Amino acid sequence: MSQPDSAVADAQGGAATESLAALAKRHGLRRAIARPSLPFYVGQLWARRHFVLKYATSRNVSKYSQSMLGQLWQLLTPLLNAGVYYLMFGVILDQKKDISNYTAFLITGVFIFTFTQRTVSSGAKSISNNLSMIRALHFPRAALPLAYAVQELQQLLWSMLVLIGIVLLTGEPVTLYWLFIPVALLLQLTFNVGAGLFMARVGAFARDMNQLLPFIMRTWLYASGVFFSIPDRVADLPESLAFVQYIMELNPAAAYIELMRDLLIHDHTPPQWAWTTAIFWAVFALVIGFWYFWRAEERYGRG
Amino acid sequence: MAMEKRVWPLTAEEQEATAKSSAVGTPTVIVDDLHIVYKVYGATSAEEKGNAATALMRLVRRQGRPQMREVHAVKGVSFVARHGDAIGIIGRNGSGKSTLLRAIAGLLPPHSGAVYTDGQPSLLGVNAALMKELTGERNITLGCYAMGMTPAEVRAKYDEIVDFSGIGEFVQFPMSTYSSGMGARLRFAIASAKVHDVLLIDEALATGDREFRKRSQKRIMQMRESAGTVFLVAHNLDVIEETCNRVIWLHKGKIKMDGDPTEVISAYNKA
Repeated sequence: MSQPDSAVADAQGGAATESLAALAKRHGLRRAIARPSLPFYVGQLWARRHFVLKYATSRNVSKYSQSMLGQLWQLLTPLLNAGVYYLMFGVILDQKKDISNYTAFLITGVFIFTFTQRTVSSGAKSISNNLSMIRALHFPRAALPLAYAVQELQQLLWSMLVLIGIVLLTGEPVTLYWLFIPVALLLQLTFNVGAGLFMARVGAFARDMNQLLPFIMRTWLYASGVFFSIPDRVADLPESLAFVQYIMELNPAAAYIELMRDLLIHDHTPPQWAWTTAIFWAVFALVIGFWYFWRAEERYGRG
Repeated sequence: MAMEKRVWPLTAEEQEATAKSSAVGTPTVIVDDLHIVYKVYGATSAEEKGNAATALMRLVRRQGRPQMREVHAVKGVSFVARHGDAIGIIGRNGSGKSTLLRAIAGLLPPHSGAVYTDGQPSLLGVNAALMKELTGERNITLGCYAMGMTPAEVRAKYDEIVDFSGIGEFVQFPMSTYSSGMGARLRFAIASAKVHDVLLIDEALATGDREFRKRSQKRIMQMRESAGTVFLVAHNLDVIEETCNRVIWLHKGKIKMDGDPTEVISAYNKA
């Protein structure tokens, strides 16, 4: 009974020659690791929606739980950010020429870009930072990048409160266009979720990505027309550099920024490509990002 | 203790007999020549000093990534677990006990061989989902959701979890203020709130006072009686002997002995 082989002998029980695989088959046991089908996976994810919401809220609560002002920081952080950027670009670098209501123009750009930037960078860490949870619990792994996106969405809603305050203070009228704000945010959220899922898989297996990502993000920030107006900049480009214009117009971050400026700032004329680019990227990123993340579902947490 | 042990008085031999004759004791988990190899990052070799210059030299010499090592943790383990089994897994540190549990739970893919299961084995390890800055109350909800419970189930189980953990009014305090025993009790209470077919417990009973240990053992007994299978990893051999009806002794990733608790544990103590 005390030999290593005894387990096998015991397992085989009555049929001495039956292999373990055959025994498993006879009793309807299945292999533990298998990737669920895509529709089934979506269902699993939907069943975990409460976890996604709770996890996002809990992370936001715990983030500020050590500070005296607590949850007030959700409001203070965007306010201070707005102040710093205005000081740098509005006062010191004095970028405001040609752009009407530069304050609102700039702060909208900063907040909207930050939403995408933070979702994508935290999404890239969502798997590698939660390896112990992945190795202990069963849940569709996409719940993690999704929860990080929801967490950033909650933060964005506070930023939007600050932004609307600033927009009103700088003398913009309240218009019916404001009803489209949720639509624009939804499109951006969809893009963010897709990009976050995509980066979650990249970050889970290419660990050096988290070192590289801040530089990519900063380049993206400078290319997205946060501090300047893209149509103005590309207008006087020579013929040979026309492709730069197309690249700029394909930039999803620029599109979401332009959409929001269009809705909030009365004198701001949006480039025509903004809505097309915004919708295209939202659908494209979600479909590709989700599919790409799901393809590696059973491999997360292995390394 | 002896009384408790007789609740399910099957030795391995008796079990074999039952398995032949009735449905009780049908297999729930079959581990077939399982090998687990996993990668460890950040391991350093003797000559590796870990600065930028050595990292660059490594790239120049095309040596790849020596920080990444492969660990062959489980080397060809086979056994069959049945309904109503409580199987203790013992062995030295690094003998592959926790790795084996994770593989059974389907959280570590096998390098070769296979794990066959009926349903989804769950690891009693909700710890990773909890956040110590948050109150016990929030953590109970968060932990239950992480295990896949619905809001209605959480509401129904909430009081029971608080009662079982015995932390009383501390439930309103952040978990970072708990003593290690209180924390362990709350974690076990949350983790065992869900009904599991196959439950894998890794060192969860090591902490906590004597009274709590008794209560958690009672809960494990209940799970066995409801025809589930329980795997238990512990360094405390008393706990294993009191709770389990079968013990597997792992040594360097292989099964050294498998059978009756008293027999295996006495052999383990002599080794």
